[in-house]
Amino acid sequence: METNIKLRVSQIEKSFPGVKALDKIDFAVKKGTVHVLCGENGAGKSTLMKIINGIYQPDSGQIFIDEKPVKINNPMQAKNLGISMIFQELNYVPEMTVEENVFLGNLPVNKFGKVNWKEVRERTKALLEAENLPYSPTTLLKDLTVSDIQMLEIIKAVSNKSEIIIMDEPTSAITLKEVEKLFQKIRELKARGVSIIYISHKLDEIFQIADEITVFRDGTVVDSRPKDQLDIETVISLMVGRKLTNTYPKEEAPIGENLLEVENLNSTGVFYDVNFHVKKGEIVGFAGLVGAGRTEVMRALFGLDPITSGNVKIKGKKVNIKKVKDSIENGMVMLSEDRRRYGIIPMRSVKENTTISDLKKVFYRFRNHSNVERKIVSEMFKTLKVKTPTLETVIASLSGGNQQKVLLAKWMLRNPDILILDEPTRGIDVGAKYEIYKLMNGFVQEGKAVIMVSSELPELIGMCDRIYVMSKGTITGELKREEFSQELIMKYATGTLTSNEVK
Amino acid sequence: MDFRSNFWSTFKKKYSIYMILTILFVVCSFANENFLSVNNLTNISRQLAVTTILAFGETMLIISGMLDLSAGSVLALSGVFSVYVYKNGASLLVAVLVGILTGIICNLINVLMISTFKAPPFIATLSMMTMARGLALLFTKGQNILQLGDYVILGQGSIGVIPIPVIFLAAIAVLTWYILNHTRFGRSLYAVGGNEEAAIASGINVHKVKYLAFVINGIFVGLAGVLFMSRVNAGLPNGAINYEFTALTAAIIGGTSFSGGIGTAGGTLAGAFIVGFLDNIMNLTNVDSYVQQIIRGAIIAFAVIYDIRSKNKRTKSMLGRIEDKQPEKKTA
Ligand SMILES: Nc1ncnc2c1ncn2[C@@H]1O[C@H](COP(=O)(O)OP(=O)(O)OP(=O)(O)O)[C@@H](O)[C@H]1O
Ligand SMILES: [Mg+2]
Repeated sequence: METNIKLRVSQIEKSFPGVKALDKIDFAVKKGTVHVLCGENGAGKSTLMKIINGIYQPDSGQIFIDEKPVKINNPMQAKNLGISMIFQELNYVPEMTVEENVFLGNLPVNKFGKVNWKEVRERTKALLEAENLPYSPTTLLKDLTVSDIQMLEIIKAVSNKSEIIIMDEPTSAITLKEVEKLFQKIRELKARGVSIIYISHKLDEIFQIADEITVFRDGTVVDSRPKDQLDIETVISLMVGRKLTNTYPKEEAPIGENLLEVENLNSTGVFYDVNFHVKKGEIVGFAGLVGAGRTEVMRALFGLDPITSGNVKIKGKKVNIKKVKDSIENGMVMLSEDRRRYGIIPMRSVKENTTISDLKKVFYRFRNHSNVERKIVSEMFKTLKVKTPTLETVIASLSGGNQQKVLLAKWMLRNPDILILDEPTRGIDVGAKYEIYKLMNGFVQEGKAVIMVSSELPELIGMCDRIYVMSKGTITGELKREEFSQELIMKYATGTLTSNEVK
Repeated sequence: MDFRSNFWSTFKKKYSIYMILTILFVVCSFANENFLSVNNLTNISRQLAVTTILAFGETMLIISGMLDLSAGSVLALSGVFSVYVYKNGASLLVAVLVGILTGIICNLINVLMISTFKAPPFIATLSMMTMARGLALLFTKGQNILQLGDYVILGQGSIGVIPIPVIFLAAIAVLTWYILNHTRFGRSLYAVGGNEEAAIASGINVHKVKYLAFVINGIFVGLAGVLFMSRVNAGLPNGAINYEFTALTAAIIGGTSFSGGIGTAGGTLAGAFIVGFLDNIMNLTNVDSYVQQIIRGAIIAFAVIYDIRSKNKRTKSMLGRIEDKQPEKKTA
């Protein structure tokens, strides 16, 4: 039955300077279904969604809603057509309150244009309560975690009366429990006849929620089928064009002496009594629920936040880390989880974003050696397989996954001994994840060490030599590779078990 | 076909300001026969030198996400001090150094408020603007210092046909270009203005960058003060009022973005000359001076709107959600 189709795009094409992002795309979403889009970083998924949401105009092609041709010039029109979108890249004003964010763009006003703040307050409160969110309408966004903000975005989109909801990697930053909540919401929406377009790199998740799956590669649709006709392996090989034999290519590296020792690290009100060590050749994981304090410990260790007390030794030498420069100079670098806020300098080129970590490499003898700069950046990009039209391309115009790789390139340029990765594979496609794991392997083979904070247990279990588990601001457990299990980690993480009890 | 349109759009983005300048120059040449005379052109450059030097300081500050509203007042204070010590027997070199030192000190206070005490640059430099002007008036008891003798050589002299202020201007233009393109500090300015938190997390000493930016601005402002007083042959405590706005206009027209992280020395130079040519041609063609003011204001509005629009276009394609935010501003 053809009338079943809610949204259809036909022969959509879109080019950006230097790249053809979409090439003759045909794609259709049925009413009341979840249609998953997957594909490598830069395959064009977000671009197509932005076209449907009216942010970009296609170079050619046509969009149909209920089989009627429409032209969508801006997100306002999209909204009026019943389309709403949750964006991949969280972009929020840190000083804004929750209620201001919720009503962004449609504040209730009286006929003189005065905002009815009472109504705003009440409606926000009702919404937060309905969803069991533990903060108030007046909380500032900067005091929320990435996960809180992501959840807020989801709730906002869902509370609008939309017939088509686009979710671009909605779960990249939320906890397992919140994912469950989101899936519940999605099922409710489906039952109401809402169509959902869902983009994600998390393949297990995709198979839980999808009705149909469309795979993108290099700006074209390679396949589009009902879920039952596909399995994970097939989707991966469709995405990357080859078979990936194993998801976590763990290689054993010789373990050496202590590279990093952290003793009794404290930061009042944030974390306490944090003790751990990392040896040469080790990949050490940090598990825990969101809010357990993992990111906070790493930030303090890296010199971004102050510590109240504690010792840090690198290569057996006591170091005093007051600012980022101190840790960088001691060979320790950190990739932040919040790419937009602490990572990219949006309006500058990928080249500048890479060399910013080590300006001395390209500015010496009284000038900028631009050919040296281009050479080292393009070599680094080749190793990390960064996809960018040119080295002068503005970083904000790269796909999310490629931005992440640029930031990784920036730190690899420093040739560090200790690499702290906070959610390094967030928003990264399977192929690129695989490359990052490989990179971590190669890195520790050289007698260096990686600390990986991750909310994805399979990834930690697959790649780490040891895992520390944190709960409520301190380390509650330490597991060796042979002890790894999701259940045990979750027990430590929820605080139902402490190290002492095991012994 | 695709390639050509891409090429054209990058070309346009990068060089449109210079094309506008060239077109304006040609139009002015036809509009009035006096425009092209050596006399007129050296005059324009001589007048432009002072505000353009300020504009280079502003450019660096705006790139790093700050600005200086005190430039005109600090210029007057520096100039007055410099003139005063010269009249009291100091050598020309010492007098120049006193001017520059005054500029540096005032700007150290600016950056102390901004970087150490976290005052918004707008407010901090606004307070400095009032303080410096007050100090200049207090120091001179509101009187102009007249008859500067040989001091005038800096502002009025020439080497060949080239006015000395223009030589200073050229030197500072080159210096700014060099700083922005060839020093670690310059690269850091873009990073700090583009995303301060990311700059900190990359190991950049943001404090140091801000301090250095203001010190350099201080040097430029102090030097501009000397050139200004020297050109008018007087120490004017009430001189150079609103010069910071002319400087800011030049920077904005030259493509420096008020959201930080974007701007070039060449753009600012072109922006300054666009403003200068327009002023000059309006004078030559006897446009009423009140009308001139209106036009100048309109140009600023135009430049700012252009900046915001092109910024929106950028962020729009970057973030894809700026549209959602627009209506909120309208209701507010
Ligand atoms: N505003 C833009 N300007 C220039 N190029 C762009 C712009 N937006 C996207 N691109 C390019 O278009 C291609 C497709 O990008 P898109 O963001 O759609 O990828 P994606 O499939 O969503 O990837 P990811 O999984 O990493 O989010 C990429 O090569 C990207 O660099
Ligand atoms: Mg995307």
